[in-house]
Amino acid sequence: MTIADLAFYAFSTVTIAAALMVTLSRNPVHSVLWLILTFLSSAGLFVLLGAEFVAMLLIIVYVGAVAVLFLFVVMMLDIDFSALKGEMAKYMPLGLLVGVVVLMQLALGVGAWVEAKGALGLHQAVTPDATKIENTRALGLLIYDKYLLLFQLSGLILLVAMIGAIVLTLRHRRDIKRQNILHQMWRDPAKAMELIDVKPGQGL
Amino acid sequence: MTEFFQTGLGTAVLIIAQSVLIVAFVMISLLFLVYGDRKIWAAVQMRRGPNVVGPFGLLQSVADALKYVVKEIIIPAGADRAVFLLAPMLSFVLAVLAWAVIPFAQGWVLADINVAILFVLAASSLEVYGVIMGGWASNSKYPFLGSLRSAAQMISYEVSLGLIIIGIIISTGSMSFSHIVEAQRGSYGLFNWYWLPHLPMVVLFFVSALAETNRPPFDLPEAESELVAGFMVEYSSTPYLLFMAGEYIAVFLMCALMSLLFFGGWLSPIPGLPDGALWMVGKMAFFFFMFAMVKAIVPRYRYDQLMRIGWKVFLPMSLGWVVLVAFLAKFEVFGHFWARWTMGG
Repeated sequence: MTIADLAFYAFSTVTIAAALMVTLSRNPVHSVLWLILTFLSSAGLFVLLGAEFVAMLLIIVYVGAVAVLFLFVVMMLDIDFSALKGEMAKYMPLGLLVGVVVLMQLALGVGAWVEAKGALGLHQAVTPDATKIENTRALGLLIYDKYLLLFQLSGLILLVAMIGAIVLTLRHRRDIKRQNILHQMWRDPAKAMELIDVKPGQGL
Repeated sequence: MTEFFQTGLGTAVLIIAQSVLIVAFVMISLLFLVYGDRKIWAAVQMRRGPNVVGPFGLLQSVADALKYVVKEIIIPAGADRAVFLLAPMLSFVLAVLAWAVIPFAQGWVLADINVAILFVLAASSLEVYGVIMGGWASNSKYPFLGSLRSAAQMISYEVSLGLIIIGIIISTGSMSFSHIVEAQRGSYGLFNWYWLPHLPMVVLFFVSALAETNRPPFDLPEAESELVAGFMVEYSSTPYLLFMAGEYIAVFLMCALMSLLFFGGWLSPIPGLPDGALWMVGKMAFFFFMFAMVKAIVPRYRYDQLMRIGWKVFLPMSLGWVVLVAFLAKFEVFGHFWARWTMGG
């Protein structure tokens, strides 16, 4: 067993255990923290696959930004655990039913799964030498050179979604006080205050 | 002896020894950085600063560290014990972690990975968890408010830090620190460094680094006049020490990043003088001096001003700079000035 194998088993065990804890832990904030551990250990798995760029992006984007927002939302929600548990027991039979149906569907799907012709060949194809072309460079060439138009298009879709979200939520209230930063910055010290040299014992 | 270091066990021993060396360097410099910070701050305010323990008070930080360690750890009654204790450890470990990829001279690095910059960004983006977890687990209002502020602040300024670094990556054509430093080598010494082609971004990077590490004037998370001490209110003893140490190590890391990205790392500023780790350490010390001076001189920002400057000033400027640098480098305006990857290699 090499060190890479050991690392693989360590990361996958932690990933699965942490993913289990996401659903099992009673406190939602703990759930999110376990989710973060899941993200981190899957980033470790990516590194073992030689996809270090994807691993770093997973940490920076998902753990560093998205999960923080998750954590925010969960922390701010005031959740009553006992009430939640009571609800849970009520819906248990329905939940079990859905679970069984999904499990059966999965079993059917996996049972009917056949390999496409040539899939095994593709799977066994020699991966490019990591010393010759780094995956950062390879990804960059693919995204920004070969599929530039598709990349720009997806960017445009995101932009439209962003503008839509802003338009839907922007509500300019006029009846509240606001800071006018430019007005504050343009204030002139000479007009705003006066320096007086007070002689001792005289006062103003 | 050399054969031993090629075996699996030997490699492990070597890596552990190197890690211990780096942690020792960081911890020892931490002791004197805290001392230096306090001395500089005191000098600006015309006080003496620490001057009792050891010659010139040099051992003050050692005494402080010892005092923190031997005190009792107090955990608030309603606190989430596990998360409460995990938070300071996390923030300390993550701060030290990033040093694994920081080179001090040609080849003097623990792990010369080709996504080194992303690794540092990832480690510093995780540091926010120490703050959020600490604030939440304390089960108290001030720490919670402080941690919310801090998280918003750190995420905002990470964006502009990342964009500024992209400019450097475009100029170099690589994400490895050794390539970035080597790309700044040239016959004009310090005029070959990236501070000249990326001049406006040096200022932006410095200010963003202040905000990212919660240093004054952006120390809103712990603003003592409004939030007592922010997310650290309930902490005492060793956990508090770990938070403080993590904060200072993150500041020192930002100094190292400044000198690697913009000021030529271990390259000598005057052509002819030998390069070496001493230059690197000297530059880091200089930038730490700048951090300390900012703390002493600039008053604290208001929170809405901080958010405005991050999202409405720094983000558009750094985004525009990325596009500009991409253009200048692609069409090789002024030859190799922005497009360092074309110089061969």
